[in-house]
Amino acid sequence: MSDNDLNTKKGPIRRFLDAPADSVGKTVFVAVALCLVASMIVSAAAVALRPLQEVNALKDKQINILQVAGIYDPNADVVESFQAFEARVLELETGTFTDAFDVASFDDRTAADDPATSVALDDDPAGIVRQGKFVTVYLLRDDAGAIDKVILPIHGYGLWSTLYGFIALEENGNDIFALQFYEHAETPGLGAEVDNPRWKSLWNGKKLADESGQLQISVTKAVPAAGKDYHIDALAGATLTTAGVHNLLNFWMGESGYAPFLANLKAGDI
Amino acid sequence: MAHKRREMLIDPLVDNNPITLQVLGICSALAVTSSLQVAFVMAIAVTLVTAFSSMFISMIRSQIPGSIRIIVQMVIIASLVILVDQVLKAFAYEISKTLSVFVGLIITNCIVMGRAEAFAMKNGPIDSFIDGVGNGLGYGLILMLVGVIRELFGSGSLFGVTILETVNNGGWYVPNGLLLLPPSAFFIIGLLIWAFRTWKPGQVEEREYKIQTVEAH
Repeated sequence: MSDNDLNTKKGPIRRFLDAPADSVGKTVFVAVALCLVASMIVSAAAVALRPLQEVNALKDKQINILQVAGIYDPNADVVESFQAFEARVLELETGTFTDAFDVASFDDRTAADDPATSVALDDDPAGIVRQGKFVTVYLLRDDAGAIDKVILPIHGYGLWSTLYGFIALEENGNDIFALQFYEHAETPGLGAEVDNPRWKSLWNGKKLADESGQLQISVTKAVPAAGKDYHIDALAGATLTTAGVHNLLNFWMGESGYAPFLANLKAGDI
Repeated sequence: MAHKRREMLIDPLVDNNPITLQVLGICSALAVTSSLQVAFVMAIAVTLVTAFSSMFISMIRSQIPGSIRIIVQMVIIASLVILVDQVLKAFAYEISKTLSVFVGLIITNCIVMGRAEAFAMKNGPIDSFIDGVGNGLGYGLILMLVGVIRELFGSGSLFGVTILETVNNGGWYVPNGLLLLPPSAFFIIGLLIWAFRTWKPGQVEEREYKIQTVEAH
């Protein structure tokens, strides 16, 4: 058989494959086909692995709540240790608990996207666009049943990403016990130093508001006039992440955040 | 043939190591070597990505148009990296959090791109796969060496198991804090390159300049 015979026997696919790779048709075809195949593989993996990832993410969140409350024991079962908390859904505006939602299935982030349970923010220092009207908070009670610590979720924009975290407050609603972020994508070595244990330890014992009730907490380079009790030293080399933490903290501890709840807590109404 | 393939696998470990000879992939080598466990997972991830991306690229190499070949390579590499990232998030969540952006940055790791462009575009799929494994292992070997030094002297442990009891835990060993910081990996990799080139003088590059000798008058 000569080459000529071979050519006439080739089907359309064979002829297409043998066409020069640099032709316009081939270029478009390869680009489209490759993108389709790649996107199918990637989405299949994402969908198939999502249940496992969600279980991991939930466990990680619970570990972070345990850590921020200072009762995490790496050797104990996470789900069991987590029984120590009383989870409640809080209505931010009134600062009171609501039983309108099932706390086990209530998801803060889904609720914050739903127009029925959230508000679009005009004044948005934390950079979160929409704020949920309801959030899940965690209460830690002492042996006598009185509130020992409250763990409040907070989030806001840093440099690259939204930082999600928890702040643990003492029973007086003013003294900070700890603050910890569990999800962010800030620059490793700079903004991601919000996870540095030495920086996190600075938060213990700081106060949110002064005696007149004015919110004074700040995360800045210089110590403000209010004094060291209300000041956390900024992270070196992470100006925008630090500013984000400062803004989100002031937002969440202010009137559009937890201020009504903290007022109720101080008055002993919770 | 079998002999050639064995060489392809072993050659990148020392003689043609991607880190110490080609000096590629340094960025991630600085970031993920402070603990052995993380370095180990990163080494496996890079090996898998390099091997499979080389194989897939080689399989379709005759069909890749020259004008978009880098983009085609990137799409294949990026898809594989996302796959690795998703699997890590599902089965090794803690480690995936520690690795954070560095899993995603495998996409831009010069070793993966370099093997795709330099080898897989010109060789068959099986050879490309073996070449990818070899280069991934060469990268992994250096990662592990650096990881051993950094974790042992930086936190007194190996794979999280305490070897040298640190002062903080009531032991005698004062850990070297510098080794936990990324710059220490620069020093260690630099020393490794020195050691490798002393052992194999053929790796020393020729000088691009000649030092002028001043003659005494």
